[in-house]
Amino acid sequence: MEQIILFAPLIGALICGFSWRLIGEQGACVVATIGLGISCLLSWVIFLTFDPSAHANGYYTESILTWIESGTLFTDWAIRIDRLTAIMLIVITSVSALVHLYSFGYMAHDENFKEGESYRPRFFAYLSFFTFAMLMLVTADNLLQLFFGWEGVGVASYLLIGFYYRKPSAGAAAMKAFIANRVGDFGFLIGIFAIFWMTDSIQFDVILPMGEEIAGMSITFLGMELNAVEMIAFFLFIGAMGKSAQLLLHVWLPDAMEGPTPVSALIHAATMVTAGVFLVCRMSPLIEYAPLAGNFIIIVGALSAFVAATIGLVQNDIKRVIAYSTMSQLGYMFVAAGVGVYSVAMFHLLTHAFFKAMLFLGAGSVIHGMHHEQDMRNYGGLRHKLPYTFWAMMIGTLAITGVGIPLLYFGFPVGFAGFVSKDAVIESAYAFGGDLGNFAFWALVIGALFTSFYSWRLMFLTFYGEPRGDKHTHDHAHESPMTMLVPLGALAVGAVFAGMVWYGSFFGKTNYVAQFFGVPYAAEEHHGEEHADAAHGDEEHADEEEYADDGHGDEDYADASYDTHYVFTGAPGEGAIHHAPDNHVLNDAHSVPVWVKLAPFVSMVLGFLTAYLFYIVNPSLPGRLAAQQRPIYNFLLNKWYFDEAYDFLLVRPAKWLGRFLWKGGDGAVIDGGINGLAMGIVPFFTRTLNRLQSGYIFHYAFAMVLGIVILITWMTLSAG
Amino acid sequence: MDNLISIVTFLPAVAAIIMAVFLRGDDEAAQLNAKRLAFAATAATFLVSLFLLVQFDASNTGFQMVEESEWLFGLQYRVGVDGISILFVMLTTFLMPITIASCWGVTHRVKEYMIAMLVLETLMIGVFVALDLVLFYLFFEAGLIPMFLIIGIWGGKNRIYASFKFFLYTFLGSVLMLVAMIAMYVDAGTADITQLLTHNFATETFSVLGIQVIGGLQTMLFLAFFASFAVKMPMWPVHTWLPDAHVQAPTAGSVILAAVLLKMGGYGFLRFSLPMFPVASDLLAPLVLWLSVIAIVYTSLVAMVQEDMKKLIAYSSVAHMGFVTMGIFAANQNGVDGAIFQMISHGFISGALFLCVGVIYDRMHTRDIDAYGGLVVRMPAYALIFMLFTMANVGLPGTSGFVGEFLTLIGVFQVNTWVGVFAATGVILSACYALWLYRRVVFGDLIKESLKTIQDITPRERAIFAPLIVMTILLGVYPSLVTDVIGPSVGALVENYDVAVAAFEPLTHVAANH
Repeated sequence: MEQIILFAPLIGALICGFSWRLIGEQGACVVATIGLGISCLLSWVIFLTFDPSAHANGYYTESILTWIESGTLFTDWAIRIDRLTAIMLIVITSVSALVHLYSFGYMAHDENFKEGESYRPRFFAYLSFFTFAMLMLVTADNLLQLFFGWEGVGVASYLLIGFYYRKPSAGAAAMKAFIANRVGDFGFLIGIFAIFWMTDSIQFDVILPMGEEIAGMSITFLGMELNAVEMIAFFLFIGAMGKSAQLLLHVWLPDAMEGPTPVSALIHAATMVTAGVFLVCRMSPLIEYAPLAGNFIIIVGALSAFVAATIGLVQNDIKRVIAYSTMSQLGYMFVAAGVGVYSVAMFHLLTHAFFKAMLFLGAGSVIHGMHHEQDMRNYGGLRHKLPYTFWAMMIGTLAITGVGIPLLYFGFPVGFAGFVSKDAVIESAYAFGGDLGNFAFWALVIGALFTSFYSWRLMFLTFYGEPRGDKHTHDHAHESPMTMLVPLGALAVGAVFAGMVWYGSFFGKTNYVAQFFGVPYAAEEHHGEEHADAAHGDEEHADEEEYADDGHGDEDYADASYDTHYVFTGAPGEGAIHHAPDNHVLNDAHSVPVWVKLAPFVSMVLGFLTAYLFYIVNPSLPGRLAAQQRPIYNFLLNKWYFDEAYDFLLVRPAKWLGRFLWKGGDGAVIDGGINGLAMGIVPFFTRTLNRLQSGYIFHYAFAMVLGIVILITWMTLSAG
Repeated sequence: MDNLISIVTFLPAVAAIIMAVFLRGDDEAAQLNAKRLAFAATAATFLVSLFLLVQFDASNTGFQMVEESEWLFGLQYRVGVDGISILFVMLTTFLMPITIASCWGVTHRVKEYMIAMLVLETLMIGVFVALDLVLFYLFFEAGLIPMFLIIGIWGGKNRIYASFKFFLYTFLGSVLMLVAMIAMYVDAGTADITQLLTHNFATETFSVLGIQVIGGLQTMLFLAFFASFAVKMPMWPVHTWLPDAHVQAPTAGSVILAAVLLKMGGYGFLRFSLPMFPVASDLLAPLVLWLSVIAIVYTSLVAMVQEDMKKLIAYSSVAHMGFVTMGIFAANQNGVDGAIFQMISHGFISGALFLCVGVIYDRMHTRDIDAYGGLVVRMPAYALIFMLFTMANVGLPGTSGFVGEFLTLIGVFQVNTWVGVFAATGVILSACYALWLYRRVVFGDLIKESLKTIQDITPRERAIFAPLIVMTILLGVYPSLVTDVIGPSVGALVENYDVAVAAFEPLTHVAANH
C-alpha cells in the first residue's frame, strides 16, 4: 500500500507526460488525477489507521532497493512510515489531488500559449512528478533519499515556475528559485557530510538514536573545534532555510509567483516550502541537543515572520501578498520547532496547508475570473460577481488571521484552524521564556497584527468597494467552473475544522501528544512512582483505544485525568519526534498568563480594524500615508531591497570575477605564458605551424609516430 | 575465449584496416558503406565486450583474463583488466557506436574519418587494458594522433591553433612521463605493471640541485607522471587547451574527447600514482586537493560568462574533473569510488551535452548562445532531453551525476573540511552556469527569424540519445551496478595505500629525531 501511494503519482506523471498523444490530452490529465486520487485515499487510510505503539520505536520501514553503497556508506530507497510521515502524506496528497482537480478548470484556456499548443499534459505531468518527489522526501528512511526528494521538488518547482516559458520573467524566476535553493542545499550537504563523518551512517534508524552521543563529540571544521551536533543542526537548518524561504534565502519565493496559480497553492504554500519544517522536526533528536542552533532557528523564524509580514502590508499583486504571508507563516512554524515543540510546528504546518492552499486557489479563481489581472488596485466589488470564491476567501482569511473565541475551551479551543494552531505557536514561544522567548513572542504577536491587516486589506481591495481598473474586464468577470469550486469547498472544511479536530493530538496534554507521535511518556515524577507505573501499564491499552478513533474522537481528551501531568520519556529515536528531558515547553505553554492567550486575538482585531478604516471607511487614507512616509513605504514596497543588495553583492561580483578569470587568468596569464614559452623555446614549432596550415597534417602525424617509435626503441635497448 | 581482451581491443583496428584496404571511392554509396561498417564494427566490439563484463569476477581484486606473449624487441605484450579498469573499457565500447551514429551527417572525407575513429577506439581501449609500461605508453601517446587528426581535419576555423595547443600541452607531460618510466624500469627491473604495483619505490629523502626532496624517488616519479596526467585530466592551471580543442573539434570528436580521453588522466592516477607512489601521493595530496578545488570554483565562474555553448560545457568538464582528482586524492573508499563513478557518469553526461550542442549546431551552424532562445517552442523533445542532461550535469540526485559528486565530496570532507566546503560550492555554481545556459538557449519566446523553421530532433537523433538517457538514470537510481564492480578493487587499493603511508611515517620520525 505504501508503495502504491509513492508510485501512483510517478506512474501518472509518466503516462500523462509521454503518452498523451495516444490517450488524448484530457485522458492524460485524467490519468494523472486518478493516480493522485488513489494515492490520496490510501494516505488517509494510513493516517487514520497508523498506530505507533504497534511498531518498535513508533515507525516501520519498507525497503525497496539499494541506492548508494560505498565502503561504510550505505543508503537505500525505502519507505519509512511514522507519525510525521503520516501527517505529511495526507497534507501532500490531499492538496495535490485537489490542485489537480482545480487545474482542469484553471488551465483549460491559457493565453500564454498559442492555439494548438498542448501544455496541459505537461502541466499535469509536472504536478504529479512534484508530488512523487515530495512523497519521496517525507518517506525517506535516510538523509540522502530525503535529499533526493528535496532536490526533486526543487526541479519540479523550477519547471513549474518557468512553465510560461515565453515570459522572460518566468525563466528568470525559475532560475532564481533553483539557485537560491541550491545555496541552502549546500548547507544541507555539509550537514550530511558531518553526520556521516561522526556516525558513519546517514540512516535515520542509526543517527537519530545517537543524538545525545553526537552532542558529546567535537568536530574539527574549518580549523575550529566545534560541538558536532550544533554544527550539524546549524547546517541542516541552512538547507531548511533555502527550501522554506526563510530570511536571507527567501528572495526566490515571491518571484516564484510567476508560475500558474495552482502551482503556487501546491508547491509554494502547502507542501514544498514546508519541507524545511519537516526536516527540522525529523531531526528533532539532534536539534534537541543543539541549543545554540535551536536559538538560531527561533531568531530566523521570528525575523522571517516579522519581515515578511511588513512587506506583505504594501504589496499590490494579490499573489505576492499571499506569498509573503506564506513566508511569514513558515517563520511561525520554525519558531515552534526552535523552542522545542515540534508537534505544534507540525500542527501549524497542517492547518496552514489547508487555509493557505485555499487562499491561493481562491486568488487563482479571482485571477481566472478577471482575465489574468493580478493587481489588486484593479479589483474591487467582486463579491457579487464571484460569490463562491468570495466565501471561500473569507473562510481562508478568517482562518489565517486567527478568528476564534478566546479562552473558551471544550477540551479544544473554538475557532478557525489558524486560530488554534497560531495561538499554540505564540503560547509556546512565550513559554520558552527568556529574552529570546520574549523576542519571538512579540515578533509573532506583531506579525499577527500585520497578518490580519494585509489579509483584510486583500479582502477589502478585492471584494469590496467600487470596481476599479479596466471596465471591460469587470463586466466580463465571471465565477469559476465547478472543478475549481469543489476543491475550494473541500479545503474550506479543513480550514474551519482542522484546528479543533486535531488540537488534542498536536497541542493537547503531553500524554495525548506522546501517544499520537508514538513517544514514550510517563506521569511526572512528583506524582509518585505508582502513578508512573500505572501510566506505563496503561500505555498499550490506551494506545489501542486512542488510535482506533484518531481524528474524530478528540473530545475524549478533555475529561481524561486532567490533573495528572505527563512528561516525555523517550530516548532519542523513540517515536517520531523527540524532547530532551529538560524540555517542558509544551506543558508550560498550557499555563501561560491570560494576557498572553489574548494577545494574538487582540492584535488580530486591531489589524482588522485598521484595514477596515483604511480600505472601507476612508479609502484615501493609505495613499496619503504612503505619500507622507515615502521612505518607509518604498523600503517595504521594494521588499527591504534584498534583491538589489544581492545583485550588488553577489551576482555582479561573480560575473565580474568569471570574466576576469577567463580573460585575465586563462587568457593573459596561462595562455600567454604557454604561448610565450612555446614560441620562445621552440621556434621550430612555428615553422611546423606554417606547414600545418598549408595542409601537411599527415606529415606531422607521421613525425609523431616516428618519434614515439624511436623513443621506445631507445628505451628498450638502453634499459634492457 | 582466452584472448577476449585482445579481440575487444583490436576488433576496431581490424575493421579500420579492412576499410582502408577494400573500400574505394568517395561517392555517397561508399560513404554510407564506410559509416555502416564503422557502426557495425563498434557495435560488435560493444557486444563482445559484454562477455568481458560477464566473465569478470568483481570479488577478485587482482587482474583478470590476463594475456601474455612475447612481442617486438623482447618486449612483453601483456593485457588484463581489474575492477578499476574494466568499466572504462565498457564506457569506451558503449560510447563508440553512439559516436559513430552521431556523425551520420558528415560528408567530408568520410572514410578517413571512420578510420580515425576506429583506430582511436583501439588505442583508447588499449590504454585501459595495458599491463606493461611500454604498451601503456604506446597506447597513451598514440591515442593523441587520431584525436589530433580529427580536430585538425574535420574541425572548425581555428582547428590548427587548437590542435597545436592540444599537442604542445600533452607533449610536455609525455616527455617527463617517459623519463619516469625509464627510471622505474631501471629501479624495478621490469616493465610489468602487475609487478610494479608490488614494488616498493624508494622514499628516502635525497637532494636534487641542492633541494631536499622528501619522499625521494617516489616524489620525483610522482611529479613526472603528474605532469602528464594533470594535462590529460585536465587540471587547473593546465586546462586551457581543452576549451579550444572542444570548440574546434567536430561533434563526434568532442564527445570522445570529453567522454573517454579525459578519463585517461584519472585512470593514470589510479593505476600508477596512487598504488605505486603512495608515499609521494600522500605528501602531495594537499597540493592536488587544492588544485582540484581551484579548478571547481575557478572554471565554474569562467563557465558562467561564456558565450560559446561548447566552451561553456568544456569549462564545466574541467570543473567536474576537479571532483575526480579531489576524490582520488582523498584516498579513501568513498572518494575513490566517487571519482571512478564520476568519470563513468561524466562520460555519458558530457557526451550527451556535446551531442545536444551538435544537434542545434547541425541546424544553425553556430554555437553562439545569443543566436538561440525559445527553442522549446519548436523543439519540445529536444528541450526535454537537454533539460535532463543539464540537470544531470548539475548533479541532481536520481541522475548519475549526483552519485560521483556526492561520494567524492563526502570522501574529501573526512580528509579536509576546507577543501570539502569550497568544493561543495560547486553545487551552487554548476546550477548557475548550467541553468543560465539552458534559459538563454531553450526558454523565452522564439523571436529570432532564423529559428522560425528549426525542426525538432529526428528519430535517428532520438535513438542516439536513448541509451545515454537510460544509463544516466539507471546509474543514478541504482549505482550499485558500478560500485559493486569497482568496490573490492578500490578497497584493496585504498588498503595498500594506507599501509604504505603508515609504514612511511615512522621513518620521518626517525629522521626528525636524529
